[in-house]
Amino acid sequence: MAEEKIIDLMGISKSYDGNIVLDNFNLYIRKNEFLTLLGPSGCGKTTTLRIIGGFENADSGKVIFEGKDISTIPPHKRQLNTVFQKYSLFPHMNIEENIAFGLKVKKMDKQFIKDKVKYALKLVNLEGFEKRSINSLSGGQQQRIAIARAIVNEPRVLLLDEPLGALDLKLRQDMQYELKRLQRELGITFIYVTHDQEEALTMSDTIVVMNKGKIQQIGTPEDIYNEPKNAFVADFIGESNLFDATMLQDELVEIFGVKYPCVDKNFGINTPVDVVIRPEDVNLVDPTDGITTGTVTSAIFKGVHYEMTVDSFGVEWLIHSTKLSQTGTEVGINVKPFDIQIMYKPKGEDAEAVMLDE
Amino acid sequence: MNKKLLASPYIIWILIFTILPLALVIYYGFTAQTPDGIVFTLDNIKKISDPLYWKAFLLSARLSLLCTVICLILAYPLALILAKSGNGKKTLLVFFMILPMWMNFLLRTYAWLNLLEGNGVINTILQFFGIPKQQLVNTPFAVVLGMVYNFLPFMVLPIYNVLIKIDDSLIQASSDLGANKFVTFRKIIFPLSLPGVISGITMVFVPAITTFVISDILGGGKIQLIGNIIEQEFTFASNWHTGSGLSLVLMVIILFSMAIISKFDKDGEGAGLW
Repeated sequence: MAEEKIIDLMGISKSYDGNIVLDNFNLYIRKNEFLTLLGPSGCGKTTTLRIIGGFENADSGKVIFEGKDISTIPPHKRQLNTVFQKYSLFPHMNIEENIAFGLKVKKMDKQFIKDKVKYALKLVNLEGFEKRSINSLSGGQQQRIAIARAIVNEPRVLLLDEPLGALDLKLRQDMQYELKRLQRELGITFIYVTHDQEEALTMSDTIVVMNKGKIQQIGTPEDIYNEPKNAFVADFIGESNLFDATMLQDELVEIFGVKYPCVDKNFGINTPVDVVIRPEDVNLVDPTDGITTGTVTSAIFKGVHYEMTVDSFGVEWLIHSTKLSQTGTEVGINVKPFDIQIMYKPKGEDAEAVMLDE
Repeated sequence: MNKKLLASPYIIWILIFTILPLALVIYYGFTAQTPDGIVFTLDNIKKISDPLYWKAFLLSARLSLLCTVICLILAYPLALILAKSGNGKKTLLVFFMILPMWMNFLLRTYAWLNLLEGNGVINTILQFFGIPKQQLVNTPFAVVLGMVYNFLPFMVLPIYNVLIKIDDSLIQASSDLGANKFVTFRKIIFPLSLPGVISGITMVFVPAITTFVISDILGGGKIQLIGNIIEQEFTFASNWHTGSGLSLVLMVIILFSMAIISKFDKDGEGAGLW
């Protein structure tokens, strides 16, 4: 992937009525990457997108686009396009007029516009829909038109604000692949905002996990899932067992009085830490073979796996396994050292942020 | 309970106060009193070709069109400002907009007479500055002024109502696609506000073309609108037949012009009458 930066957000801060939404936010976006801003509502992800699009002005900080400061340039002069959450198609225009809007404003040649509209409709698999009215479309089709209307202008960067939020599950999954395909075919940078971690994991090259106006972690989907940097990220991405623990020494962690070997080093001696263990990484074994033991308190069939909870001396474990252990069974719990993720406890404001969110 | 039964009070209301009077107007409009009794005739309708009548009608049409245009020019920016202002301010401004409507219509019009009269407030002020007295009342100007003053809120409110319903994200989308404020207004805001404009035009034009009170008070009998003529046929002349005939002609012309104007409102929303 090209390492060239296309957008650089430098020290962006923004507050509404004294509520800090973004706090000295720094992020750069590389050319042609699919970057997702992921976080719970109110984390500042949409505000970040709106500042890039020019619909909001930051209180301080700069937006650099291809080396130029565009912080004060109005939206209509920015070489980016947005796919809005509510589609925002123009109700008094048909599909062709909607898609052609940006090109008409730029006074492009008529035949050129016609060809472009046709091409854009083909890209979103809605060929021949030119003369249809907006109201005759389903939600998913409207979403495609909104995307076509944006990409027909050949933006350098496409901003997408929770574009799949209003669609049903099946359609959402289809559209995820579609968006990824479009991004590859067009070779443009996508900045995608969502609160749906599955969406983020499926499509992104880079995920930026945000909370309370701050970046919690930046990384590839694999990084974010397997190596969460703190309890907030671990908790927000996927399901997890999140424990207060103590790092006794290198490669040994104590969770509620039970010692587990792990692979992490350099945390010091007797350091309080957060530990995350993914439910699918917990192995249920014979009670005599386990590091600790417990009783199965519930078991639910989830399709691909069973979701079980095990009570181990007052500590509740969440376990995903394809093998069912019936409720009431005594089981042993084993975790491979590699599957135990050790994280520093957050400090100061960050700790507060994590606590508040929970 | 039966739904039809619930609607019956309104149906009775409509029968007594809309259908029956209309039927009477049609009856009188197409008949005449002769020594042989009441006979069918088209004379009442044909009377519109009499210069006395069609000149009054043309004057009405001219003044009410002028009034509608002035109202539109004044009301659109006002509605835009109203729609764009903050919530608290918005309520206050709309309140001030509606406030005069809580006063009696006649009172408001007489107040203008007081202002415009030969020895009225405006002329007194003019004279104070050494400007000669102006003939303000009993002119078409005074009549149009009275119309605009009385009917302006009916233009502002429908436009305002449509404007506040336009989703902000549409305006942002337009800007996002490269349109500046002017282009956004021309291509997005104005077309989307058309139903309100049409509704406003209807609500101003119809009462303006049929008015006789405003022209009576501010025109002092010198400005004869079709409304005044019809009124006089019913009162002084006691000729219900001619009055009804002219009313019918006016009604058909209004319906016709409204039908034309509603063609601009493709969705048919907001136009009220249609």
